[in-house]
Amino acid sequence: MISNSLILPIVLPLLGALLVVALPRKMPMLGALAALATSGSGLWVTAQTWLQADLGIVLGGWGLPLGIGLAADGLSAAFLAMSSLVGLGTSIYAIGYFAGSERCNHFWPLWFLLWASLNGVFLAADLFNLYVMLELLGLSAAALGALTGSRAAVEANLRYLLVGLLGSITYLLGVALLYAGYGTLDIGLLSERIQPSPLAAGALVLMIAGLALKAALFPMHFWLPPAHANAPAPVSALLSGLVVTAAFYILLRIASGLFAPVETPGWAGLLGILGAISVLWGGLQALRQDRLKMVVAYSTVSQVGYGFLLFPLTLAGSAAASYAWNGAVYFALAHAVAKAAAFLAVGALMHQIGHDRLQEMTGAAWRSPFILMAFAMASLSLMGLPPSAGFVAKWMLLKSALLSGHWGYGMVIVGGGILAMAYLFRVLEITMRAPPEGWSRLPIPKGLAFPAMVLAVTAVLLGVFSDLPLRLLQVGPVVGDWGRFAP
Amino acid sequence: MTAAFLYGAAGLLLFALGLWSLLVHEPLLRKLIAFNIMGSGVFHLFIAVAHRSDGSTPDPVPHALVLTGIVVAVSATALALALNSRLEEADAKASSTKTTPTGAPEPSKTARTGLPDPSTNGANRLRWPSQ
Repeated sequence: MISNSLILPIVLPLLGALLVVALPRKMPMLGALAALATSGSGLWVTAQTWLQADLGIVLGGWGLPLGIGLAADGLSAAFLAMSSLVGLGTSIYAIGYFAGSERCNHFWPLWFLLWASLNGVFLAADLFNLYVMLELLGLSAAALGALTGSRAAVEANLRYLLVGLLGSITYLLGVALLYAGYGTLDIGLLSERIQPSPLAAGALVLMIAGLALKAALFPMHFWLPPAHANAPAPVSALLSGLVVTAAFYILLRIASGLFAPVETPGWAGLLGILGAISVLWGGLQALRQDRLKMVVAYSTVSQVGYGFLLFPLTLAGSAAASYAWNGAVYFALAHAVAKAAAFLAVGALMHQIGHDRLQEMTGAAWRSPFILMAFAMASLSLMGLPPSAGFVAKWMLLKSALLSGHWGYGMVIVGGGILAMAYLFRVLEITMRAPPEGWSRLPIPKGLAFPAMVLAVTAVLLGVFSDLPLRLLQVGPVVGDWGRFAP
Repeated sequence: MTAAFLYGAAGLLLFALGLWSLLVHEPLLRKLIAFNIMGSGVFHLFIAVAHRSDGSTPDPVPHALVLTGIVVAVSATALALALNSRLEEADAKASSTKTTPTGAPEPSKTARTGLPDPSTNGANRLRWPSQ
């Protein structure tokens, strides 16, 4: 059904960005207001989708295939809700984190641009619109990552920018090939017209390659750990939690929805193998790091790999396919919330002790128990322990792997979980040793600790109450017949 | 071989050349120019696609896509150049403070910080992957 509220999640953060630039003195308050408004509009769209099935609107009254549509089905609504929650939590955290520093002048406008493009990605129904939002996402993410201005941060994010540009120009070439072949870029119309052909296969390869580069699939993950680890804490939370998830969301839309007739077991198998290598490689590298932020950044590399296991598993028959699809989507959602919570907790700790070298953090749990508890609860979900959301997602993926006979992927899922336990328990063990003599309590400011804890608890609650989000995912077909929303 | 086909093929060739240059060449400006050439290649393909064989006016939709793409490429190049100039500032500052006040020689920092050695005539080199 046609709904005008679809433009709100994109327009409100843009207005917020304008306001904070126009009135820099009131930036934290305006930032908080705009963040509340944006997450409210995102949750409103989610609620509407839940109650009324999928929504759509064609902008400007131009009918398809000329016009550009926005649409929200269950998948979009779930991601929109997740990004609203994580965005709100990170915004509240950022008010405390940047308080009294002039860097907030740069953070808030860039963050709202990022949020607008994120919501644009989740609501886009047109491949070129996706490209524009994806580019905006990459530009604002790279600019945000370089916020501290240190040489390491600028170099890492310049590399991230170049890699992102390579990814999106490859994606655009795929889009050009699709337009050449089928004359339209609207996802709904394309899904009706697409046929297996060399052109479609070529476009699929290009688009998947470009997006896999942005989602940090092995071996194209090299840009991620330095970029995420050198950014300020709220930015790391956004980059790992939301930006990487957005690239994966587009992959879901395109590879498992739009290109479903064109997929062959060869491509799906390749993506699965690369995903499996990501899981294991990221986990092994995380074990070797001596900076806490690098541990969490490599953990992102590892967790992203799980999502790519979706592709070979959905090709294997319908029962396994539905578990695989739900599992991978839930994994992306759970990872976003848990990773954001983890980075926020690490950032709050770093804010107080001034560094993130693991070996010098002995006894941190004795000195700041609350924030370490937030980190531990986020770790629950990252490891995949019940009753967290990560467990529910891994359970579904594992069930799908076993049902379809892919024992190798099953072992990779379990092995990845063990590696996650290893590198996260290593961190927790160091912090729980008795601190050196003469220790004192180190209180963390409430404005930093509470958002981290709330997000960590959400990651666990999403597991306990996983029925509702899973039902939301079923609303509307994955690739909807959005043509019917044309006026 | 129609003109549109040749034009599109030229676009794909430009994309491939730009991709090769982006991956192989180290100086950052080279990489940025390579990215812009890749972009031009994709735009060539769009223009070729817009051609209508029955002689009527070309399809305006790919033209709109090219215009948007040009805007995006220009903004991305601007951001990359801004980050690059920040990097060069940081390097210039670091190399001007290389000796400690007592005149004792600075321990070699090249391995850890990845500062370019003075023989690279100032062009900023971005290794990928680094370290």
